[in-house]
Amino acid sequence: MAGNNELLNIMYPNPKALRPTKDGFGKGVEEISAINETVLVLGADITASVGLNHVRDRFPHRFFSFGIAEQNIASVAAGLALEGFLPVFSTYATFLTTRSLDQLRVSVAYNGLTVLLGGAHAGISVGPDGATHQALEDIAIMRSLPNTTVISPCDATQTEIAVKNAVKSTKGLIYIRFGREAVPDFTDEFQNFTVGKIQKIKDGSDVTIIATGHMVWESLKAAQMLEEQMISCEVLNCHTIKPIDKESIINSAQKTKLVVTVEEHQILGGLGSAICEILSQYCPCKTLMIGIDDSFGESGIPTELFRHFSIDAESIFIKIKQIVKP
Amino acid sequence: MIAQEQLSKLNGLALQIRKDILEMLFLAGSGHLGGSIGSADIFTALYFHLLRHNPLDPSWKDRDRVILSAGHLAPVLYATLARCGYFPIEEIKTLRKIGSRLQGHPSRLSGLPGVETSSGSLGQGLSIGVGMALAAKIRNQQHKIVTIHGDGELQEGQIWEAAMSAAHYELSNLIAIVDRNSLQIDGNTEDVLSLEPLKQKWQAFGWNVIQCNGNSIAEFIAAYRSIEPSLNMPSVIIANTTMGAGVAMIENDHRWHGKAPNKEEYLTFLNALQDRFDGSNAAI
Repeated sequence: MAGNNELLNIMYPNPKALRPTKDGFGKGVEEISAINETVLVLGADITASVGLNHVRDRFPHRFFSFGIAEQNIASVAAGLALEGFLPVFSTYATFLTTRSLDQLRVSVAYNGLTVLLGGAHAGISVGPDGATHQALEDIAIMRSLPNTTVISPCDATQTEIAVKNAVKSTKGLIYIRFGREAVPDFTDEFQNFTVGKIQKIKDGSDVTIIATGHMVWESLKAAQMLEEQMISCEVLNCHTIKPIDKESIINSAQKTKLVVTVEEHQILGGLGSAICEILSQYCPCKTLMIGIDDSFGESGIPTELFRHFSIDAESIFIKIKQIVKP
Repeated sequence: MIAQEQLSKLNGLALQIRKDILEMLFLAGSGHLGGSIGSADIFTALYFHLLRHNPLDPSWKDRDRVILSAGHLAPVLYATLARCGYFPIEEIKTLRKIGSRLQGHPSRLSGLPGVETSSGSLGQGLSIGVGMALAAKIRNQQHKIVTIHGDGELQEGQIWEAAMSAAHYELSNLIAIVDRNSLQIDGNTEDVLSLEPLKQKWQAFGWNVIQCNGNSIAEFIAAYRSIEPSLNMPSVIIANTTMGAGVAMIENDHRWHGKAPNKEEYLTFLNALQDRFDGSNAAI
């Protein structure tokens, strides 16, 4: 990230240190626990890995360990929610959204219950653990469930805000995905964040880049490179994938006529699909979907993997440059 | 011991509920007959004798909670709830029809009074019960949480995850009932995937185990009442039942697990039920 951030420095005058987004999740849950005594945390044996160890230590009487048994935990959460508690269940996103999917669907969503789900280690950036631990299908899975909200914040600060904002404003299954890798924590703690409302990070006229999660930062860097080549980029942070912000997508697409989606997730069924569902119905235009192209992840360090799967800033820059008319 | 007069009344109610189930399934044209008929005595004993509940106030906070984990037994739950007065008995005729609150499997979203939770995907109800029992412990509430399971359902791994967690948290307010009719869709449970030694399995998971005849209302009531309040573990009642109990033509025939009677069968089964009842001192 070093050296090329003139534009980003203008937009974010106080860049903060690198922070994993899971820290924001832990902080957010700690804060809602402090003001809402119905919050209960259900442990799945990886409490520190998902950033919830501080909550456990501060509110030990509201932490319940259930071991490595995701299916049980999801339905236990439903039982607690039926009794008026707000359960928090977090484990690796890949296990959370596949191993306990039936339970999330029937016990939680089909009961119309509110449960906060933390999908940890989302994307390939979890790195060396390899494909089994890299959640690349979770957005597609979760956004297909009724009574469900899907949020993919772009940094630690936004993750914390998303937790607090979502439990205040949203009913139903709340799925928030986040990563383990320390990434630039660039958004403002006083940012305007509304569930379901896209944040416009940068105005532009030639191309709209709609990104989510860690890919927002990569897209901003790509946008800066594109601007240097006189390609004007509008960058949107689509932190809420369901419900999708139809209006902002259409408005921007009508202006630029070219929409690029970027996600650390399968192209099939993820952010790009959600955006194209809107565009194809209401504003057909040229689109490019950047993400994982129907393959499993693999071991490696995050920056290597971003490059390998062509979702780093440089790759995004090259792909967009190829399709923008000179 | 329950008084004879009271027992006769309960047996009469169980007969009525069986007739309701036959009618519901006949009108619906589909549904799960065998298990619903076979577990009618358990539901009658619970709702008309054992549970603390108030049909006029379905969300009364001190009520005992019933989780129908074996969601395909919806017909017996619906008929029982209606006979208790949770909703008009006429409504049972809408089972499985479009727009009905009586969905093929229970739906909390449908808003049917008395339905605590949606179910239908097997194996989830015990975990939901664990969550509810834990909630009651946290709040120091005294009500019980009763979960109802088919025996084939115990093949689901989640049941044993839940069993572990219930013992871990010493959920003495949790009572699981297993409708042990030894049949599932493909045949006998011991041929499909053996459950025995079932009692020892539950005991090894840290549960208090009671076995009884689930088609004897008196025996089932005695089994339920035998659970000591001072226990520091959850309890399971393995209620041995006959699938289709009371309708001779379908008893112990796994082909009637998920089938509805046609008109002729419906009338034949009704008569068979009444004959059994009349000829057996008013019990099935």
